[in-house]
Amino acid sequence: MTQVGSLYHALVERVVEGPGEASQALRRAAFANEGLNPPLSELVDKVAQRPYRVSDADIAAVRADGLSEDQVFELVVCAAIGQSARQYQTALAALDLAMESA
Amino acid sequence: MRLSIFDHGQRLRTRMLFTLIRLMSGHPVVDAVKVALYRPDFYGAGPLTQEAMRGRSDWSVGDRELMAAYVSKVNACPFCVAAHSATSRIWYADEHKVEATLADLDSAPIDETLRATLRLIGSLSRNHTVTADEVRDVVAAGASRQQVEDALAVCLAFNITDRLANALDFEVASPAAMEAGARHLLKRGYG
Repeated sequence: MTQVGSLYHALVERVVEGPGEASQALRRAAFANEGLNPPLSELVDKVAQRPYRVSDADIAAVRADGLSEDQVFELVVCAAIGQSARQYQTALAALDLAMESA
Repeated sequence: MRLSIFDHGQRLRTRMLFTLIRLMSGHPVVDAVKVALYRPDFYGAGPLTQEAMRGRSDWSVGDRELMAAYVSKVNACPFCVAAHSATSRIWYADEHKVEATLADLDSAPIDETLRATLRLIGSLSRNHTVTADEVRDVVAAGASRQQVEDALAVCLAFNITDRLANALDFEVASPAAMEAGARHLLKRGYG
């Protein structure tokens, strides 16, 4: 799996900094799960922390707040990748530590 | 699904592909495929997932599909549990192994290296973090550094996919459709 690192970085760069319907500022905030206001902050936090709890009402609330379906899609993707990326980086750091003292 | 764009906003080329899939397989296109092919220039995680699941690794394809199913179970994602249990089961040609692993990791009929690795990626998915001691347990059970990295890549791909499946509400298709999807993943991969 020699290319995982470069594919991972390219994916993060594309969804956060590449072209999109949602602003880069919103996508960065969704990726970081920081600095957002309700109702978007509630949806993004659920996607990051307990995605099985996302409901129709969570999506309806951000649509009613003015986001298009494409913007919702992009921000859900950023939230999903952001949390998964933090987990991945934490685990790689733990692996480095484990191998140093092995 | 909770957004209509995956049914009504696809490009013409993708809509034609979906028609072809329905005609050839006799099953509707599963939600994971609709999302994977929607605006691939934006999301397009196919190459990362393909590398994690089918790239060169000391883990077999069946082991990695089992890791995907196990992470999805921890993440409470019914769609991905169904899809990757079926794929792993077909690859191993073993009806019992996958089911037993998802039911009780400690007593499952799998080797200790795989068991320890599943425990690590389950812990990472459940707690959002792992300690160096947890990684040391996997190395002590016989995993190489590269095997741990490869398992973490599978975990990354499915922590993303499970979140999308649950947030967007992927529907679990009929057993026959999920089986057809599993055979497609074994034949063609995720690209």
